[in-house]
Amino acid sequence: MIAVFMETRDGKIKKSSLEALSEAKRRAGEMGVETAAVLVGGAVADLAPAAFGRGAARVFALENPVLADYSSQGYALALAEFVGEAKPAALFFAATAMGRDLAPRVAARLGAGLASDCVKIAVKAGALEFTRPIYAGKAYLSFTLRSTPKLATLRPNTFPLGEAVSGGGEVVRKSVSIPDGAVKGRVVGVIKEDSAEVDVTEADVIVSGGRGLKGPENFALLRDLAAVFPRAAVGASRSAVDSGWIGHQHQVGQTGKTVSPNLYVAVGISGAIQHLAGMSSSKVIVAVNKDAEAPIFKVADYGIVGDLFEVVPRLRDELKKVLAE
Amino acid sequence: MNILVCVKRVPDTESRIRIRHETKSIVEDGLNFVISPYDEYAVEEALKLREAKGGMVRVVSVGKDEAVAVLRKCLAMGADEVFLVKDNSPETYDGLRTARIIARAVERKFAGTDLLLFGKQSVGADNSQVPAMVAELLGLPQATVVTKLEVEGASATALREIEGGMERVVLSLPAVVTAQKGLNEPRYETLKGIMAAKKKDIPVVKLEELGLGPDELASQVEVTGLDVPAQRQAGKILRGDPAETARELVRLLRDEAKVI
Ligand SMILES: Cc1cc2nc3c(=O)[nH]c(=O)nc-3n(C[C@H](O)[C@H](O)[C@H](O)COP(=O)(O)OP(=O)(O)OC[C@H]3O[C@@H](n4cnc5c(N)ncnc54)[C@H](O)[C@@H]3O)c2cc1C
Ligand SMILES: Nc1ncnc2c1ncn2[C@@H]1O[C@H](COP(=O)(O)O)[C@@H](O)[C@H]1O
Repeated sequence: MIAVFMETRDGKIKKSSLEALSEAKRRAGEMGVETAAVLVGGAVADLAPAAFGRGAARVFALENPVLADYSSQGYALALAEFVGEAKPAALFFAATAMGRDLAPRVAARLGAGLASDCVKIAVKAGALEFTRPIYAGKAYLSFTLRSTPKLATLRPNTFPLGEAVSGGGEVVRKSVSIPDGAVKGRVVGVIKEDSAEVDVTEADVIVSGGRGLKGPENFALLRDLAAVFPRAAVGASRSAVDSGWIGHQHQVGQTGKTVSPNLYVAVGISGAIQHLAGMSSSKVIVAVNKDAEAPIFKVADYGIVGDLFEVVPRLRDELKKVLAE
Repeated sequence: MNILVCVKRVPDTESRIRIRHETKSIVEDGLNFVISPYDEYAVEEALKLREAKGGMVRVVSVGKDEAVAVLRKCLAMGADEVFLVKDNSPETYDGLRTARIIARAVERKFAGTDLLLFGKQSVGADNSQVPAMVAELLGLPQATVVTKLEVEGASATALREIEGGMERVVLSLPAVVTAQKGLNEPRYETLKGIMAAKKKDIPVVKLEELGLGPDELASQVEVTGLDVPAQRQAGKILRGDPAETARELVRLLRDEAKVI
């Protein structure tokens, strides 16, 4: 069995978990094993249909009132107990804030190897082979893990969602026992940013700005451009972030976020190696820069050499027109 | 308050990575090694907490003799004591092995630590594994990817980054916290600090002293391939009138790249 942890936020399974489930389903198919989804929470069995809808054969619901709020310790305990009983060959997570927080704890509890932030998974001679970027994408490492089970986190926006399927399956509800005092840290609140904003790691389109924008007020140009697309986010170079023009959660690059949207538009960004490290796996890269020699043009699929203040508004109008058609 | 900071020596972020295919490893000659950037935030946070609350800041690195250079930097920034846990094995890209070494070192050498600070990830391995694994091995709570930390008595409140917002986490101490950019601005070393750091002997903990078995020291990771990413094809560069280039770009995105 390949089991996949289903992350829930606001009472819904996250899309990146369904992507991980879809990938598990494809690999499990090659290995001739079952795919299962694992929900953890206070009472979560109701969410099972979404997991069946992406091909889970069975859904495990690990429940305890203590698990209603996320805690890495409580969730790790529940998942390790599940692995001990169900003995999956592998356990996948989405490489989200929660997945990255949780998976290493589960791995340590089980004494199992963990492949972080995978961008490709293959089956070679019956065994799972993981591929992940290292040195911020300047190299790709492929490897197998010696332990059973094998744990992996899968980079969001990288593995395609499988086709939706109809029909259900077996829901296995388990009540998890959590000893008193086992959970010494807990989430006491969530502060949402502007809820209309999509996080750069989850966006289909990213419009990023750098020092070429000259000041914080001009990020409005990029927000206008991003607003043309359904799931777009605004990104930034470190120089723009360090100048205080935009929050650091928008920073793309080696010491910022690693992103792989369908379309990445770099505006007034020179393309320093640390910036390229975070975005060069984007599917299509567009650069707007007045300097024809800027290194960003070496990785761009399409580029416009020109003044961004003239180009960006026209680009927005043109896109609006075409997308409306 | 006793704080332990874990730091790793890594190639700086400017590095061009070359690969030695025979050994499936990167070519280390010619690379400039530094303290992993996120670990610097962890050191700074430890120093700030010591300034506010008193206590000791100790720093440990697991690695080869060369890691002494990053430990000296930590001394020059103001750490009280630094330790090298000497491990001659090449980079394994396996977090569990390193975590087991650190967890055991904490039990045997750094008992009485109230707070363990780490970087959110080591630049290079980019694993984000070691800190949460250490936390689990020691039965401690954790807050990862933290941009704000407050310690009050025996508990800490941390703000951690999540998609589209922040999560507030309350931890009872001792606990593990990992530093994200934004937590603070690391100080520069002073000349006096650098001079003093040069003179200090750096204690070395031998791996054998930690009593880990061969199973625990084996890497989980068996490398099957290491490659640089395929070069992107040279793109189409448009010049001229802004309105025309914008129109042409949109046409290409729709008809050729098919992303819109
Ligand atoms: C340890 C470390 C980590 C780092 N991590 C990151 C990281 O994660 N992410 C990151 O981005 N950087 C990172 N950097 C910084 C990186 O080295 C560069 O300094 C930074 O990316 C440059 O930002 P920029 O492209 O916005 O600015 P610049 O390099 O100054 O480029 C500005 C560009 O704007 C263009 N321009 C100016 N005016 C206009 C106009 N009117 N129209 C069109 N184009 C115009 C210019 O031609 C130029 O190419 C890191 C550096 C270090 C040392
Ligand atoms: N060899 C090491 N020695 C000391 N600390 C380490 C070592 N490797 C990783 N760490 C710590 O764990 C953090 C995360 O590393 P990683 O799990 O490799 O991404 C780093 O930022 C360091 O704080």
